Amino acid sequence: MIPSSFDYHKAGSVSEAISLLQQYGDDAKILAGGHSLIPMMKLRLASPVHLIDINSVNGLEYIKEEGNYLKIGAMTREVSLEHSDVVKSKYPIIFEATKMIADPQVRNRATVGGNLAHGDPANDHPAVMLALNAEVAIQGPSGERTVKIDDFFQGFFSTAIGSNEILTEIRVPTPPGKSGGSYLKLERKVGDFATAGVAVQVTLDGDNCRSIGIGLTNVNSTPMRAKRSEDFLRGKPLNEQNIAEAAKMAAEDCDPAPDLRGDEEYKRAMVKTLTMRALKDAAEKARRG
Amino acid sequence: MSKHTVSIKVNGVDYKQEVEARLLLVHFIRDTIELTGTHIGCDTTHCGACTVLLNGKAVKSCTIFAVQADGQEITTVEGLEKDKTLHPIQEGFREEHGLQCGFCTPGMMLRAVELLTVLPNPTEEEIRWGISGNLCRCTGYNNIVKAIQYASKKMSNGGSS
Repeated sequence: MIPSSFDYHKAGSVSEAISLLQQYGDDAKILAGGHSLIPMMKLRLASPVHLIDINSVNGLEYIKEEGNYLKIGAMTREVSLEHSDVVKSKYPIIFEATKMIADPQVRNRATVGGNLAHGDPANDHPAVMLALNAEVAIQGPSGERTVKIDDFFQGFFSTAIGSNEILTEIRVPTPPGKSGGSYLKLERKVGDFATAGVAVQVTLDGDNCRSIGIGLTNVNSTPMRAKRSEDFLRGKPLNEQNIAEAAKMAAEDCDPAPDLRGDEEYKRAMVKTLTMRALKDAAEKARRG
Repeated sequence: MSKHTVSIKVNGVDYKQEVEARLLLVHFIRDTIELTGTHIGCDTTHCGACTVLLNGKAVKSCTIFAVQADGQEITTVEGLEKDKTLHPIQEGFREEHGLQCGFCTPGMMLRAVELLTVLPNPTEEEIRWGISGNLCRCTGYNNIVKAIQYASKKMSNGGSS
């Protein structure tokens, strides 16, 4: 399959990429890892007139802890998260989710920034970043702005990134002690998008849930926070009964579309089961942590 | 529709060609420089038949534009044999019957080469997880795993890389 014709521009810096975006506006797309965009171009679901390749831009590939945040450069390849000691030890939910993204060759190219900027509710990082209450840095002609993850996903394949802006960094707050996270994804086969996925990040205060984040993958037109479940659990013990109630709420509140992976009823049932399991797993890890 | 002159080193040989921006790397390899050992299976980033090494990393060449490989180094299956001696992974596939129809084999071998660079002594589970982006429709996975184990042993015993 051959994509439509386009003009290719290699940007040497973020500012050069932004000026190219200013020049070409909505006709242009940023090419990062390309593992969402190029398949869409081959299927002619996307036909950008200009591609702006930022693979040669230095300084956008890093994973570092700084000022109570884990900072991930937008061009960081998924494979780097898999091999990062700090991610494995302190942000295991990111590690667990990354392992489940596509396959090894794809993870060699695909980027964390691209996974978010694509705005696809089927991608895995969005739910994880919702659970972790992350924020992202976006650069444009007038400088950098910070956007909370809850304000980032604005609609179906639509994000807060303006047509002349670039996502440059993802910032994940460092979890305090007694925190635990879990990402569970049901997939038909390795590399498939989730039939349903649930990301949970919890911090305990004694037996009670001090803070909680629950993100859902591919069961809504946008990446979704299970807000009612979170509100219900906050301040309560994470016992069987409360977990079951919160999971029931998540299953009720999501809005899955029927497709080859299952009908609506099945997907809601999977959200309920996965939410229960992820909450139990995260709570267990938090008790140990 | 922009055209670009690219220099891409494939299996140690420099190729300088003018390419259309939308030319996929796999078509550059198969049609422009006529190295047809790299296969096209699904053409949708799933099957791994088109896997090559880009600067040593296994990638699916159906999902990269040739223009992106400008100035980079590619290894295809034709580049595995050195001085008429099979690479240990090729030897492993032969010794362990790691192929039936052979369509997935070039991609399997290149992914295995990268896997063994990162994990020289992988467990069976790590091998199976490691080739999860390569599909074999003859379902010969057991022998493919054995072939990779063969190469792992041979390479850690001081065989050539």
